[in-house]
Amino acid sequence: MKAAVIVFPASNCDRDAKTALTEMTGKSPAMIWHQDSELPDVDLVVIPGGFSYGDYLRCGAMASQSPVMRAVKAHADMGGAVLGICNGFQVLTESHLLPGALMRNAGLKFVCKPVTLRVEETQSAFTSGYDNGQSVMFPVAHGEGNYYADDATLDRLEGEGRVVFRYTANPNGSARDIAGILSEKRNVLGMMPHPERVVDGATGGTDGRKLFQSLIETLS
Amino acid sequence: MTEITPAIVAEHGLSPDEYARINTLLGRAPNMVELGVFSVMWSEHCSYKSTRAHLRKLPTTGPQVIQGPGENAGVIDIGDGDACIFKMESHNHPSFIEPYQGAATGVGGIMRDVFTMGARPIAMMNALRFGEADHPKARHLVAGVVSGIGGYGNCMGVPTVGGEVNFHKSYNDNILVNAMCVGLARTDNIFLSAAKGAGNPVVYFGSKTGRDGIHGATMASAEFDDASEEKRPTVQVGDPFAEKLLLEATLELMATDAIIAIQDMGAAGLTSSSAEMGDKGGSGIELNLDMVPQREPNMTAYEMLLSESQERMLAVLKPGREAEAEAIFKKWELDFAVIGITTDTKRLIIKHKGVVAADMPITALSDEAPVYERPYTLREPASGTPTYDKARPVLASLEKMLGSADMASRRWIWEQYDHSVMNDTSQAPGGDAAVVRVHGTKKALAISTDVTPRYCKADPRMGGRQAVAECWRNLTAVGATPLATTDNLNFGNPQKPDIMGEIVAAIDGIGEACRALDFPIVSGNCSLYNETNGEGIFPTPAIGGVGLLKDASKMATIAFKRDGDVVILVGETKGHLGQSIYLREIEGKEEGAAPKVDLFAERRHGDFVRKLIETGRVDTCHDLSDGGLIVAIAEMAMASKNGSGGIGASVVQASIADAIGFWFGEDQARYLIAAPFAQAETIVAEARAAGITVAELGKTGGDSLSIDGKSSVAVSKLQTAHEAWFPDFMKAEL
Repeated sequence: MKAAVIVFPASNCDRDAKTALTEMTGKSPAMIWHQDSELPDVDLVVIPGGFSYGDYLRCGAMASQSPVMRAVKAHADMGGAVLGICNGFQVLTESHLLPGALMRNAGLKFVCKPVTLRVEETQSAFTSGYDNGQSVMFPVAHGEGNYYADDATLDRLEGEGRVVFRYTANPNGSARDIAGILSEKRNVLGMMPHPERVVDGATGGTDGRKLFQSLIETLS
Repeated sequence: MTEITPAIVAEHGLSPDEYARINTLLGRAPNMVELGVFSVMWSEHCSYKSTRAHLRKLPTTGPQVIQGPGENAGVIDIGDGDACIFKMESHNHPSFIEPYQGAATGVGGIMRDVFTMGARPIAMMNALRFGEADHPKARHLVAGVVSGIGGYGNCMGVPTVGGEVNFHKSYNDNILVNAMCVGLARTDNIFLSAAKGAGNPVVYFGSKTGRDGIHGATMASAEFDDASEEKRPTVQVGDPFAEKLLLEATLELMATDAIIAIQDMGAAGLTSSSAEMGDKGGSGIELNLDMVPQREPNMTAYEMLLSESQERMLAVLKPGREAEAEAIFKKWELDFAVIGITTDTKRLIIKHKGVVAADMPITALSDEAPVYERPYTLREPASGTPTYDKARPVLASLEKMLGSADMASRRWIWEQYDHSVMNDTSQAPGGDAAVVRVHGTKKALAISTDVTPRYCKADPRMGGRQAVAECWRNLTAVGATPLATTDNLNFGNPQKPDIMGEIVAAIDGIGEACRALDFPIVSGNCSLYNETNGEGIFPTPAIGGVGLLKDASKMATIAFKRDGDVVILVGETKGHLGQSIYLREIEGKEEGAAPKVDLFAERRHGDFVRKLIETGRVDTCHDLSDGGLIVAIAEMAMASKNGSGGIGASVVQASIADAIGFWFGEDQARYLIAAPFAQAETIVAEARAAGITVAELGKTGGDSLSIDGKSSVAVSKLQTAHEAWFPDFMKAEL
């Protein structure tokens, strides 16, 4: 599997994504600067966590307008896999690659802690290696992870099996405990928790490895 | 031109004698711009004029030290060509006036100090002191400081991995916000601030210069009074996005060989950075302020020189490398300008709108700054053993203490900090020391910040020793070899002989401990005049230490790991209750002598425990400090099973008759370890053979904490008390 990681000026989980991808795939992903308007030939594009342009406006709003996002949209339109983590999820909703929006946490505070997620859907390139209903522990670290969409959209997401991860103890007020969702074509995943931080057992667990393994098996 | 009157001199925080000295050094009266420059360069904050003579007594060298005090941060060798660069700094006064921005820019400032030297910051720590919890401002200050630290550090993508928080009335109107940054560099790529050579371009990069923070350094060198909150405009505003760009761009420039010298613009901004670079390089600097990127129109030379706008750097480049540097800053969308040149005149010359706005010999600003041997009196340390009710039930007191302001879980705070970004955090907040891996290696750095202000108040010298010893012990308790420290000396007004005595005695104690433990000081910061309306804070010399684990997989944590482990106490218990948390929280007394710190015992006990951890024989260890033995056991139980508190313990009183003294005494140089039964016997035998006092207290297991087989309490009950205090306290926040 060939992967690329998008680097916005204040991305700050770009190195973590690179480390996790290198560990899992055995090769270093391409690091793509936000001003680039073309992507190399890759199977997976990762939009990492961070603060993209400082996020003084709505999180991810400015990043969604950057040159590289046109290329990411084209990649997604062609069926290419896109994984948006944390700020990457915010960028994906702002770019309308995923429905809904991420609002300020219900508790109004940044929250960083390990959370338990239920794997709700294994029919995707991202989660095929997990068991349905499996509990996994991923860390969250965000101030604006409170997922919102109207009821019709939420019903549709649930009805189409596009809610991939749900919190077992909601840390941010997300609608219907949603932690991660798929696009209609199931090739774009946005999630607030950080799978790239649970690849190496020495720093918090290994539950994220299966997400990357699933991608490798599906996309290679 | 404004006439300089005695009132203007006084407003600049300069004494009549100091003003006379400026006249002598210049050979004429200064103009307003020059007066402004002298006022910041000679402020306590920049010149260390009250402490310099005493700081010289601290040990600052050792085989591990690459760069000691005097640069932006200290540098130590951690093997394999890796260097660790670190420093702690205060932002006390701004944080009291405007807690969010004060704390945020404190974090930004200390990060710049570290990446200015070529390091990528990898961990942040902080040491916070607030007033009493029921003080009307306490919640506002706690909420603002915590979100300011998080807001800045989280955006930077540098994990905030630990720290300490105290509440005491001595900080009611003068909180302390000390932030520490730890970074990693290669030993062959460290950048210093000496602007050597003439004819080299002086370049400015980062954010634009505005009118914010003018005279921040002078404010930090004055006592607070009720009008201080009117100084809000002198608190700078932080922009972590700009700092993130500045970090990446600076490191990118450092990967070229274009830089001769580099210095961040911190307190006193452009003035201090240019004077320091010229001073260290033995050169002169000529600046043209017309070239400085400006945020506001019509700024005067005075304003530009004294602005403390954040996220700015000054560097001297090799001639001809300007375009290459400019391209990097353009990529990162930051301002870049050539604003001056180095000269051989040893003068700082400032031009603005075609005229010379200031012209001063650089040594007058630095070397010739006044150094005071301020008069001091050493008071007799507090002494005696307070009385207390010896029959009080132990476990009820324990529960009360675990749910008190100073002992309660700090989860409410650290869950607001991204502590796992960079994916190298091996030990998150809540243990004895934070542990962060050296990326891509099996090595890790352990980091801890410590001081016990109530001991320092009772006995400044013993308190100084204890701060160092506890830091060293915390690093040891995770299995690290302590390497070096940074100190952040927070005190009251040094012009009062009693306060100056506290400073002198604390520095003596710190020096004694650093020497005995081979734990030199490589960087630091002094914050004086921490007083409000004439009342000084508790002396608070915070010590930030760094240690190295050669093999991070051997790291110990405080959590009980298994049922049936033997709980072993290392060190001697005499039941010292003077100045203890027990006495304060249960008996309502802040009395007695501070505990004695026997540095020989510290070293012997610590080296013994570290060896057990390094060789993989012990994976569970906790240093004993606030609250004593039973608090430590409770913390080990509460931390078990990922903090669910699944493993309790049954322990018995050993060695002394007084139950209160045994369980709650704060005798120093002690650790608790837990080891499987098969190992325990050998460990105890080895300790005794080495002449170290050890006692087997009991075994882990069950889900409650039981003492002497007579009384017990569920760990979950302790957990509830421990976790509830902070969220309950902050609920009334808004």
